Amino acid sequence: MLKYATPLLITASLVLAGCAKKAPDELPPAPTGTSDPVAPPAPTGPGYAPGSQGDFLANTMSDRILFDTDRYNVDSQDQVVLQSQAQWLAQNPNARITVEGHADERGTRDYNLALGERRANAAKNYLASLGVSPTRMTTVSYGKERPDALGSNEAAWAQNRRAVSIVVQ
Amino acid sequence: MAITASKHIKSWLVAFTILTGLTMPAQAQLTVDVENTAADELTIAVPGLSTPQSAETPAGTTAELGNKISDVIVSNLRSSGLFKPLGRNQVRGISFAEVTAPQFPYWNGTSASALIQGFVRSNGDGKLTVGCYLYDVALETELTRTGFVVDPGDWRRAAHKCADSIYSRLTGESPFFDSRIAYIAETGPKGNRRKRLAIMDSDGANHRFITNGQATALTPRFSPDYKRIVYLSFLDGNPRIYVYEIGTGRQTLITQSTNPTFAPRWSPDGKTILYSMAIAGNTDIYKVSAQGGKPTRLTSSPGIDIGGSFSPDGSRIVFESDRSGSQQLYVMSANGGNERRISFGGGRFATPEWSPRGDLIAFTKMAGNFRVGVMTPSGGGQRLLTNSWQDEAPTWAPNGRIIQFFRTTRGSGKTGIWQVDLTGRNERQLPTPVNGSDPAWGPLLP
Repeated sequence: MLKYATPLLITASLVLAGCAKKAPDELPPAPTGTSDPVAPPAPTGPGYAPGSQGDFLANTMSDRILFDTDRYNVDSQDQVVLQSQAQWLAQNPNARITVEGHADERGTRDYNLALGERRANAAKNYLASLGVSPTRMTTVSYGKERPDALGSNEAAWAQNRRAVSIVVQ
Repeated sequence: MAITASKHIKSWLVAFTILTGLTMPAQAQLTVDVENTAADELTIAVPGLSTPQSAETPAGTTAELGNKISDVIVSNLRSSGLFKPLGRNQVRGISFAEVTAPQFPYWNGTSASALIQGFVRSNGDGKLTVGCYLYDVALETELTRTGFVVDPGDWRRAAHKCADSIYSRLTGESPFFDSRIAYIAETGPKGNRRKRLAIMDSDGANHRFITNGQATALTPRFSPDYKRIVYLSFLDGNPRIYVYEIGTGRQTLITQSTNPTFAPRWSPDGKTILYSMAIAGNTDIYKVSAQGGKPTRLTSSPGIDIGGSFSPDGSRIVFESDRSGSQQLYVMSANGGNERRISFGGGRFATPEWSPRGDLIAFTKMAGNFRVGVMTPSGGGQRLLTNSWQDEAPTWAPNGRIIQFFRTTRGSGKTGIWQVDLTGRNERQLPTPVNGSDPAWGPLLP
């Protein structure tokens, strides 16, 4: 049995590591422990609850689109990503999202907050144009306050100029 | 002026005139040579303040307070970069009788050109009287004297006021030491910074954290009467402007709108708050009564209009906008309209702040490095005062002579509050218990 147990553990930790890389900032709520009569949702794909952030990440091209310096336009590459998000939202009609807008550190604080808001709205507006009801989407700007990549170089800044869709539980 | 007859002080005054640049031809001001830190400093002896009779107070004995006040005066004067104070560890102590009768022959034998003497007396009613005298050593004359009655717990304010009276008498500039600073205290790693609202005296003393850091706090501004602070918080998950009352700890949203609001500033009379609000991604500038009520929209361009700052007479507002394609500075009437661009010549310009003297606007210029500079309200005389990887968000000392800003270190993201005077000299970091950003220097304390 031990012969099999070890690779299984390794596989499990690899899966977890794979998740952690793309995992959202917020974790799903802890189980309440009460005997909930509602049946657990049927698992899809690699074990994500339908309508969850994990399911969203597994079944869309990406949770985010990236922007050029000081820009907020949705280019053709971004459109493909947002189309996959809109498709998922159509398949999960009860899911709601918050679109987070971010800027890189090479801007002033006030302006970056406004720029993040503009980016989040650009993503939201494109999703709305694909038929996603605006009532299912909210926006929030973090400006330069929450960098994803921590370096001070072009590659890091490019990753930080982003609009990220987060499924609201 | 009697002071000009003194050889030492006269030569120093000439140096100061050069420092301030008031009489310099314009072409010499266009570039700032940050390498040149050579500047004459006026040597001032600051013996410990005397006391007629040492008495107990809740803040220590009057003799102890005399020494502490002397130390704060020394620290204030030194920080200005214009003086070389000799503190009580470098000069002899004085008796109470000497305060108004300086032993000039002795002081003439030292390197001091000026002498500060004073006393601390406990009054019958629990308050202190602090006397403060400035003498010209070579001329053997009194230049100024001031006295303050304070609660013992406010002894530092008496020290700042004494330093202010001396600074003003010797430079001809308005005072600034007796003032406070609101800022954002930063801790934690770059990807998860904890940002707390904090306040302190102009020299970093009496430091106090206002918020606990559970919600990110940004961009504070003291009201002119120091009773309230307007700032941005993510308290409800979204960036919103709140007004925090220092006395009660109560805070209220500036508007009931669910839209995000940014970049709050007070009008000079404290009756109006200027802010920016994004609606469907488009940010414009608004103003609202500090008591609440219906906001007035001041700009309506499709670009980001943000970061407004009132002129000291309240008649105009300088703000930044990217309507031209990049961030630039504009001036408009306080009620909106008459918008005119004032920044030109390459690079992006942001975070404009009108000097309390009205003569200059400080800004962040982004062209490669982020640097702090000044220009006139019509856009002339542009000068850059700092040169580092990322200096931003200038705020003015109450006398319009010193600019504070924050500096970010490339890579680590660590931040610190720095200041520089209008000549580009005397750049130094203000000590804060943790990293600091978004400084906001309040006016002279009422």
